[in-house]
Amino acid sequence: MSTGNMNFTLKVWRQKDANSSGKMVTYPAENISPDMSFLEMLDVVNESLIHKGEEPIHFDHDCREGICGMCSLYINGRPHGPKRAITTCQLHMRSFNDGETITIEPWRAAAFPVIKDLAVDRSAFDRIQQSGGFVSVNTGGVPDANIIPIPKVIADEAFNSATCIGCGACVAACKNASAMLFVSAKVSQLGMLPQGQPERWSRVQAMVAQMDEEGFGNCTNTGACEAECPKEISLLNISRMNNDYFSAKLFREEKVHDHGASGGE
Amino acid sequence: MSLDAKIPAGPLAEKWSKHKFNLKLVNPANKRKYDVIVVGTGLAGASAAASLAELGYNVKAFCFQDSPRRAHSIAAQGGINAAKNYQNDGDSVYRLFYDTIKGGDYRAREGNVYRLAEVSVNIIDQCVAQGVPFAREYGGLLDNRSFGGSQVSRTFYARGQTGQQLLLGAYSALNRQIHLGKVKMYTRTEMLDVVTIDGHAKGIITRNLINGNIETHSGHAVLLCTGGYGNVFYLSTNAAGSNVTAAWRAHKRGAFFANPCYTQIHPTCIPVTGDHQSKLTLMSESLRNDGRVWAPKTQEVAEKLRTKQLTAAQVKEEDRDYFLERKYPSFGNLVPRDVASRNAKEMVDDGRGVGGSGIAVFLDFADAIKRLGKEAVSAKYGNLFDMYYQITNEDPYTQPMRIYPAVHYTMGGLWVDYNLMTTVPGLYALGECNFSDHGANRLGASALMQGLADGYFVIPYTLGDYLASIGPKPVDKNNPAFAQTKQEVVERINKLLALKGTKTVNEYHRDLGHIMWEYCGMARTAEGLTKAKGLIQELRADFWKNAIVVGQNEEVNPALEKAGRVADFLELGELMVDDALMRNESCGGHFRLESQTPEGEALRDDENFAFVSAWEYKGDNQPEVLNKEKLEFEFVHLTQRSYK
Repeated sequence: MSTGNMNFTLKVWRQKDANSSGKMVTYPAENISPDMSFLEMLDVVNESLIHKGEEPIHFDHDCREGICGMCSLYINGRPHGPKRAITTCQLHMRSFNDGETITIEPWRAAAFPVIKDLAVDRSAFDRIQQSGGFVSVNTGGVPDANIIPIPKVIADEAFNSATCIGCGACVAACKNASAMLFVSAKVSQLGMLPQGQPERWSRVQAMVAQMDEEGFGNCTNTGACEAECPKEISLLNISRMNNDYFSAKLFREEKVHDHGASGGE
Repeated sequence: MSLDAKIPAGPLAEKWSKHKFNLKLVNPANKRKYDVIVVGTGLAGASAAASLAELGYNVKAFCFQDSPRRAHSIAAQGGINAAKNYQNDGDSVYRLFYDTIKGGDYRAREGNVYRLAEVSVNIIDQCVAQGVPFAREYGGLLDNRSFGGSQVSRTFYARGQTGQQLLLGAYSALNRQIHLGKVKMYTRTEMLDVVTIDGHAKGIITRNLINGNIETHSGHAVLLCTGGYGNVFYLSTNAAGSNVTAAWRAHKRGAFFANPCYTQIHPTCIPVTGDHQSKLTLMSESLRNDGRVWAPKTQEVAEKLRTKQLTAAQVKEEDRDYFLERKYPSFGNLVPRDVASRNAKEMVDDGRGVGGSGIAVFLDFADAIKRLGKEAVSAKYGNLFDMYYQITNEDPYTQPMRIYPAVHYTMGGLWVDYNLMTTVPGLYALGECNFSDHGANRLGASALMQGLADGYFVIPYTLGDYLASIGPKPVDKNNPAFAQTKQEVVERINKLLALKGTKTVNEYHRDLGHIMWEYCGMARTAEGLTKAKGLIQELRADFWKNAIVVGQNEEVNPALEKAGRVADFLELGELMVDDALMRNESCGGHFRLESQTPEGEALRDDENFAFVSAWEYKGDNQPEVLNKEKLEFEFVHLTQRSYK
């Protein structure tokens, strides 16, 4: 089915499930077109495995256009592969040299246990968002959208933070497996906007507490997260989060309330 | 069976308010006694789950992805319509209603569409309150743009990532309710059947995608918010996992399937490069605001472009055919999607296509860059240009994009009444999963609007009416229907796992896609559709003999997941073909070659086809029965659409 003329050797992490140990297994990837995406290359390999009655290599993927955040893959030692500012599904085989050996591993972090092969459990990210990544408004009864003017620069900067796709590359890139970039993106987005002010101080405390509970490491300002983030989320978010966190701890009387309980504080 | 859409009587503008007043309410203290199942966590599902939990119902929400945030609503680029009239350019609820009903080629219900336009304004308020960062003007107020097929600026947007930002807003509301314990979230869980007791939906059967456990869940009502079925074409702009299984299983349990042949083919996608391709990528329709669509005037010039003897920039002005501007001077490049798509196909069929395959036309930004400067163009479309470059290795700042239509959205879906209830009492369908608001063609920026309208502002009212009528008595989980349905699911899985043939499930899917695209795509004929029906039947029979499904149930097994989904697509495909064959008229996304004007435009047949087709399942390998819901137009005058 494939039409290309590139050939690769893949070294792929295979692991039956969370309770089994895994190992690297070598597979050929033949007749690959430079126009194929990295995941389409894996599709080709998997089709040939299925034809041989073998189990295909499992990896997470869905939208295949760089926005859902489901695909992962640690390719040749880098999350989402060698190119900057894209996800694995947007990586094309023309970015590799014919004949190259490509190593493919899952995200490695204690808080992201392997489910199977290259897929990991990122539910810790959801639990962090559940702990406070929202504005407590119910459906209905909200004011007209234009009642609060928001300076364009603020709106744009909040937008930059809001573009995080929750893929986990930041954690995979970090030597401490820190989730600070991920958490700070949401804290910053809501912390900059007027809508986020009422819960600004409790939110940052709740989200950081949950992040710690999940077992992510701390930030030592290496910057690998920012360098590998497919959406180029800035380290500035971490500064903002630290600033809010310390402000909340030192100068704000409010305790972490049961975030989101109806009726507010 | 006679279909009652339950559209309230009375003047258009009062229908919804009057209906809301007439709906029964559930006492606040009783709401916690009801369990509601929500399948799918895209815009419709997440907004419904959050809103119902806020009201006090116990919600169980399900998604097959690893997180509710991954649902494919996230990929919507362009924007969301709302009749705010912030731009003072003549918009109103009535105008949005009128544009939507006309854009849908008069194949949607007036009552539903008016309600959609009416609640559109609340959606924007809600999303802004959640912290959704819509684009703003320098004065701090919200920005709007005009979007395909509309002559007013009513589209709210968040760069080219509107779906992402709206979904993350709904996801945050959902997260808040999960945190409060009002929503129990099941991720990596796929719904495989609906459980009905005495004809009412009372639960679902799911498969845990990690360990294969087949589980039963009970509830007083089941909401399907599972998206569209565009992946029946194999190649589409849908996510790899998007599928029809939940809706199709519901169909086989008694929910009628409406207008299955209404498929939206989006005009501006990146063309196919080869058989390895797993999906097609959309380039937002907003690009047509500044990009000019053209093809070479002659086959000779097209041939030179294809063989690279000429570059696009070298083609002289007089050798270019800006065919949309030429044929539709008042709408130009902004004609609705169905019109733009069909015209691109005409160019290619005429031998004037470009690119290596000859299956593409140009979308050119040279004039926009000259007029506005590269920086301004980049500010508007930067991320889309980057995406295009990433995929094609061609720079759209210096050479025109190559585009071609691709399957994008399905207007058809489960039949629902005005309350969003299917023909199975207690079973609801929201968002793209239902059929109700877009008629035969969906206008740009209205899918997000509908998903959120259904979830935030319709179901919270209409569901209570049904729940109040059945009362809060707990669902009996020991009813044999649960065990029986579960057994049927297990048997089907075993049947799939026993397939040890020679052809992969993906190969069957691709073959089905080729049949659908060729015979049930942009242009359809009775002859082609009849042929397709036979081909699909053969392919389906072969699948159940000759497919390979590796692995077992009690593990992560994407091959098994895919096999179940493709098996359902192989049944749906035939129904789509039946529906397309029955509808011997051209309307919206459905173009029958037998029904066109002398100028080659779509010719609708209101006398014979102003109805919703609602198909009733009658058993395996039995022909489905057609039920018709007549469309009554009291307020708009039906005209042949003209964008000239």
